[in-house]
Amino acid sequence: MSEELFKQMAQSIIDGDSDLSVELAKKAIEINMHPLEAITKGFVVGVNYIGDQFGAGEAFLPELVMAGEAMKAAVATLEPELLKLGSARETMGRVVLATVEGDIHEIGKTLVGTMLSASGFEVTDLGVDQPADKIIGKALEIDAHIIGMSALLTTTMVRQREVIEELDKEGLRPRIKVMVGGAPITRDWFQKIKADGYSEDAVGAVKIAKELVGKADQ
Amino acid sequence: MRPKLTLLSDEIIARILEEAYELLLKPGIKVQNEEARELLAKAGAKIDPETHVAQIPASLVHKALESVPREFYLYDYDGNPTVHYGGDSVHFDPGSSGIAMLNAETLEHDTTETEHLIRLLKVAEQLSQYDAQSTAVICHDVPKEIQDSYRLYLVLLHSKKPIVTGAFTNKTVQEMIDMLAIFAGSKEAASKKPRAIFDVCPAPPLIWSNFGAGNLIALARAGIPAEIVSVPLSGAAAPVTMLGTVTQHTAECFAGIVIHQLAHAGSPIVWGGAAAIFDMRKGATPMGAVETAMLDCSYAQVAKTLNMPTHTYLGATDSKLVDAQAGLESGISAMVGALSGINMISGSGMLDFLACHSAEKLVIDAEGIAMAKRMIGGVKLHTDTLATGFYDDKINFKGGDFLKQKVTMQLFREEQHLPSSVIDRDSTRAWKAAGSLDAFGRAKLRVNELLASYKRPEIDPEKLSRLHAFTLDLAKKAGIEELPRLEDYQPA
Repeated sequence: MSEELFKQMAQSIIDGDSDLSVELAKKAIEINMHPLEAITKGFVVGVNYIGDQFGAGEAFLPELVMAGEAMKAAVATLEPELLKLGSARETMGRVVLATVEGDIHEIGKTLVGTMLSASGFEVTDLGVDQPADKIIGKALEIDAHIIGMSALLTTTMVRQREVIEELDKEGLRPRIKVMVGGAPITRDWFQKIKADGYSEDAVGAVKIAKELVGKADQ
Repeated sequence: MRPKLTLLSDEIIARILEEAYELLLKPGIKVQNEEARELLAKAGAKIDPETHVAQIPASLVHKALESVPREFYLYDYDGNPTVHYGGDSVHFDPGSSGIAMLNAETLEHDTTETEHLIRLLKVAEQLSQYDAQSTAVICHDVPKEIQDSYRLYLVLLHSKKPIVTGAFTNKTVQEMIDMLAIFAGSKEAASKKPRAIFDVCPAPPLIWSNFGAGNLIALARAGIPAEIVSVPLSGAAAPVTMLGTVTQHTAECFAGIVIHQLAHAGSPIVWGGAAAIFDMRKGATPMGAVETAMLDCSYAQVAKTLNMPTHTYLGATDSKLVDAQAGLESGISAMVGALSGINMISGSGMLDFLACHSAEKLVIDAEGIAMAKRMIGGVKLHTDTLATGFYDDKINFKGGDFLKQKVTMQLFREEQHLPSSVIDRDSTRAWKAAGSLDAFGRAKLRVNELLASYKRPEIDPEKLSRLHAFTLDLAKKAGIEELPRLEDYQPA
């Protein structure tokens, strides 16, 4: 019975069907399935599958995003139940995302946010054109584990370094880890500005984020 | 909202038809096949016994055009109608009868043998852009007498797709029809659900050779589709003007259809060709020239006013390598062919004036074809409102908003063609990480993938062994005891 339900849950995520994933989450509650079990044995399997498919070029961005949305919807349905049980889902970590000051290109960053949420991170997405003090302020406010910054332009990617320098000045690293991404970001750049992680795509970003919070195996 | 390309006005088309009828009377059509002359004479054409020039009255053309089918299908091995000749249907197949193949490592043009044809078949079989296979190259490792039938044998072994082929003599066309009958179960079945179509060429200007006319008659009687491949060369074997060339093409097609329908009224035949201009500097026949594509678009337009099924040769290049010239000539001409609504467009994969084939070019051309097919798919109306319906209350003015809409997931594949790995849309980083390859380099990888993933289709072993025995018998008569060894098929 449970096995069948887990399969349906994973499939609802793969199909990006938020209505169905919510319905299945409710069903899990009805039959007294532990919400964490529903997430880890059901829904997460679907997210991982679609992530792998995307990485292999078999799935496409709309499918990836819709899977993430369906995952978010299912988790939102299960969360009140988790609270009741007093065992709130252990978050993978808190992440502040922003596109740096002067840059308004955020599709990649939004995708990273969706995938991180779907993978169990608590994501605060500040949006575009965010100055260093705002990003750092928000990170301190929510006690973030990771700051993730995107930039599309070679003229704005230098702002990523400013944020890192500011964090170092305040002695906030390694408490807060920094991930960078965006079209012009190379491994060289990532090393030069001494960031903690970088990825070329949203699926890779999840892997890096897990490594940065010491949960690579989850 | 399907886009269409037309180059001729109705008035000009009427004049082309009118002058084509005049050409059939003066200078007439030279018919070098005795049986064809007898058929024509019996039907009322005047034949000069010395020169074998026939004067074919318009009434014979009118009668032939009445009996000729306006549309028909080619069927795959399983009996599904997969190629539609008629209307504005568009299909592509690899070019036929190359004599060389580009060696992707040495860049030499290797003389083609069995292994080369099989390589092309394996690649084309797995590319959905090719609705039909072709007998793409000549296998020089078998005797001349069986080079046409042996190609068909290899295609039947390795493919389930319909086949564009052709015979080299009046004797072998019968043998090839017999081969198709073995697979279909009987000659009647081969005609009822034809698997293959045979290219038949008149010789420019205005000649139906013994072999061309003989093939027309044999195919008509067998009920196997024929495809006229008229090859007027503007300025050399046809008038220098495009309109003059198209008019000669029309007259050659008229004469062919008349002979064909006189042999057996109602048999399927296609208005096709490989028209080209004649290059006045090199004396060459450029298949990648824009004028060549314009000639083809024009004669197809003539055919469409007569409601005839159409064929042409486009999507090829005159370059010797799979380079930028190959890409632009093949891509542009494939697009012109598709926009012209030509039923079967042959030529993909070919270099060097149709002499040389390339598997790598075949996979690149498949992308050009996909683009052309997407183009004629047109701009589509998918939703009740054009845009306003997309802006629901979940819109929060972010770039990724539309990625989160179910409708995006539902419709993006219909709106966008998703290219294969041959087309580079990587970031510079990812491109470098993948080896900084150009299109040819990526095509080489794709060819290797396709060769690795190919599995010979499941075909009735009984039919296969009968086909093999038949072909082996032909080979023995031609003086060899064994057929070349095949990797994927060992006869019992």
